[in-house]
Amino acid sequence: MDISEMLSYGFMQRALIGGSLIAILCSVLGVFLVLRRLSLIGDGLAHVTFGSVALALFFRLHSFYMTLAIIPVVLGCAMGILKLAQKARIYGDAAIGIVSALGIATGVMLASIAGGFNVDLFSYLFGNILSISSSELVIAAVLFAIVITGVAIFYNDLFASTFDEELAKSSGIDTDRINAVLVLLTALTVVLAMKVVGIMLISALLILPAVTALQLAKGFKTAIVSAACIGVCTVVVGISFSFAMNLPTGATIVIINFLTFICAFAARAVLRRS
Amino acid sequence: MSGIALEIKNLYAGYHGTEALKDVSFSVTPGDYIGVCGPNGSGKSTLIKVVLGLLPPTRGEVSVLGTPQADFKNWQRIGYLPQGLQFFNPHFPATVNEVVRLGRLAGKRFPKRFSREDTVAVERTMEWMGISHIKGCMIGELSGGLRQRVLLARALVNDPELLVLDEPTTALDPETRESFYKLIFEMNREKKATVLLVTHDTATIGKYASHLLYLDKRVVFYGSFDDFCNSTEMTGFFGEHGQHLVCHRH
Repeated sequence: MDISEMLSYGFMQRALIGGSLIAILCSVLGVFLVLRRLSLIGDGLAHVTFGSVALALFFRLHSFYMTLAIIPVVLGCAMGILKLAQKARIYGDAAIGIVSALGIATGVMLASIAGGFNVDLFSYLFGNILSISSSELVIAAVLFAIVITGVAIFYNDLFASTFDEELAKSSGIDTDRINAVLVLLTALTVVLAMKVVGIMLISALLILPAVTALQLAKGFKTAIVSAACIGVCTVVVGISFSFAMNLPTGATIVIINFLTFICAFAARAVLRRS
Repeated sequence: MSGIALEIKNLYAGYHGTEALKDVSFSVTPGDYIGVCGPNGSGKSTLIKVVLGLLPPTRGEVSVLGTPQADFKNWQRIGYLPQGLQFFNPHFPATVNEVVRLGRLAGKRFPKRFSREDTVAVERTMEWMGISHIKGCMIGELSGGLRQRVLLARALVNDPELLVLDEPTTALDPETRESFYKLIFEMNREKKATVLLVTHDTATIGKYASHLLYLDKRVVFYGSFDDFCNSTEMTGFFGEHGQHLVCHRH
């Protein structure tokens, strides 16, 4: 199958556009999360998303309405992680663990009460970007605009807080507010990324393009831009390759990302030696 | 510039119910260079955190550059240099230029954007600090001394009226430490910045600072090094040898 034939399919066009938008968000936020050692917040929020999906299925909400319904739940849980870490005197990783376990437990409980759901839960666990509908693409575009605008507006504050929180505070930056912004933007992105790689693999899309970019980056802005480029390239190649070879899309994207990371790691080692 | 750079009255502060500072009162005149000394756990860093608004006081009044600390918003008037970065990641992808420019965020209003004026201030400060040639280098690739110099440039980029330094030379070798002290001294002399410098280096600070604040949860001594040298009370506290080792007046 040639590229023009592949691109002639409407579902492929939607998948490539939606996947690219989501890849940009994941990669850009990933740089901040990785450097702040908050990489696993994506994983925790993904598990919360699992619980939210179960909740939405319980109330028989599907696709477009499901996405709209789970957004407030995941945003609330994201704030819950922050508040737990701030108020309950526990570290962030423990707070992520608590909320994450609660998300899974809620999902399993609801699935059990409902006597199992008719939909294929695998499509949420492992994603299926090829099935993205036009209305879901619209949601993705709107959320993309919201998240990217949020990052652009708070870029300098996010950079300062990521570099050193105490120094940022001493410059008058409200780091609690900036942390909340970062976590809420991540929560929105996680809801979207569920469609691309699935709940189980979301953290890979947040972490891998970022750590690949960090291998070779020569400045903060270049790290952000390179991460976004790597994210888009790997998602586009992953979608196309999986379609051509009839492989699961989410897993293909993650494996291509990992191979890219290995290449960047090797390139860095060679550059250092020379 | 207001008549008093820093005024602290009956300050109590601490962590989780433990008081690190008890009934601390002193005031600093603009242009003074205060060396803040004291044993471990004497409340030096706590004092700095309160001045910078990083820790709310339990009781007492703190006024910075003529404004009560709680209402203070003109962060560009204060420069802060910590002992080191809190959780420094040697692989952090920031250039020297980007780090120094972060200092210009202080006092900016939402949405915070850099202007041509900021670029000029960053270039000027890097030149003054002798770090222009490494402006494109990554912060993690620099030696400890150079990294502290870059962070000092970040603290100075707004030409602050009050410069707060928390043990900035602890991780530096003696030679770099000496040049660092000279740089801060020049800053105090040439730009008339008020300096509050926390240090364990009681034997050196008397060479550069105009006043000594010796803390041990309370104020043990506050005044000029000449007053310290002549204080019989301090002779009793430090012993004659120790007192004159600190005062650097002989």
